[in-house]
Amino acid sequence: MSVLQPGAPAPEFTLQREDGSSFTRDDLKGRTTVLVFYPFAFSPVCTDQLNLYEEVLDQFAAQGATLYGVSCDSSWTQRAFKEKLGVTIEQLSDFEPKGAACSAFGVLHDGGFPQRALVIVDPDGVVKWSYQAPSPGDLPGANLIFDGLSA
Amino acid sequence: MSGLSSAPLPPPRPDDHRDGPRERPLAIVYADYECPYCAALELRLRELGAQRIFRHFPVRSKHPRAWAAATAAEAAALQGRFWEMHAALFADQGRLEDPHLWARAERLGLDVDRFDADRRSDAVAERVRRDFSAGVRAGVVTTPTLFLDGTAHPGLPSDELLTRLR
Repeated sequence: MSVLQPGAPAPEFTLQREDGSSFTRDDLKGRTTVLVFYPFAFSPVCTDQLNLYEEVLDQFAAQGATLYGVSCDSSWTQRAFKEKLGVTIEQLSDFEPKGAACSAFGVLHDGGFPQRALVIVDPDGVVKWSYQAPSPGDLPGANLIFDGLSA
Repeated sequence: MSGLSSAPLPPPRPDDHRDGPRERPLAIVYADYECPYCAALELRLRELGAQRIFRHFPVRSKHPRAWAAATAAEAAALQGRFWEMHAALFADQGRLEDPHLWARAERLGLDVDRFDADRRSDAVAERVRRDFSAGVRAGVVTTPTLFLDGTAHPGLPSDELLTRLR
């Protein structure tokens, strides 16, 4: 299984927002979305990754892109993680049924957690760009997302 | 289109902070003053007498005082004391609040009022942001990241890598 490629329509999926409401394919429509799939809340690399992206969040906004962190952790864990890091990037939970959305995007690791992957979906709901790190320990630079946005 | 899309590591510039013997291999280091691994690297580089360029890479959600410390170093640079402030910041990472920065400036014999105005100035902010943005574009994701001959080495460098700086 590997990450959805550019040109593929975003699949049907349901993730849970921090407030418990659903985030689905319909929420991708009308704006550019960057889904940041990361293996585990509180793991060291994920920490650096979200801190780095937070630092350049205004630049993503300037390009009309909204970032979301996606993991199989529960919303409670994600909220605690976000608070600990001091970041504002909204988190989406793929907790139940666990990994179903990650699987739909082609990024579910055999170990039951998301690969470290990035997916940019354009305002029409089509994958514009995607990237899967060679290993979950590799941290993709923010520059790659900016490359993807201007691809 | 984007100011932060991929770009090569900028070569040394005249206004880079550069130190050490010119005949040694040149390390270009992206780091922040609140990062403990950066302080450890700083010690090793100093012991080795390596030639290096220091560029700022403050990530505020991770290190809330990294930005203030970086601007303090740049403000000291405007009075010709960058490396002294640089060393003083790394030497005591637990004290990076404003009064601690003023105390360092005083100890270094700086004009403290000027120092304080400079570190809050747009020009100094722009100088720090320039380093940070260039680092992002070159693919820096964590601190410290040491570039040697154009190759990035993220994290604390191995002994083998440091040996190559001799």
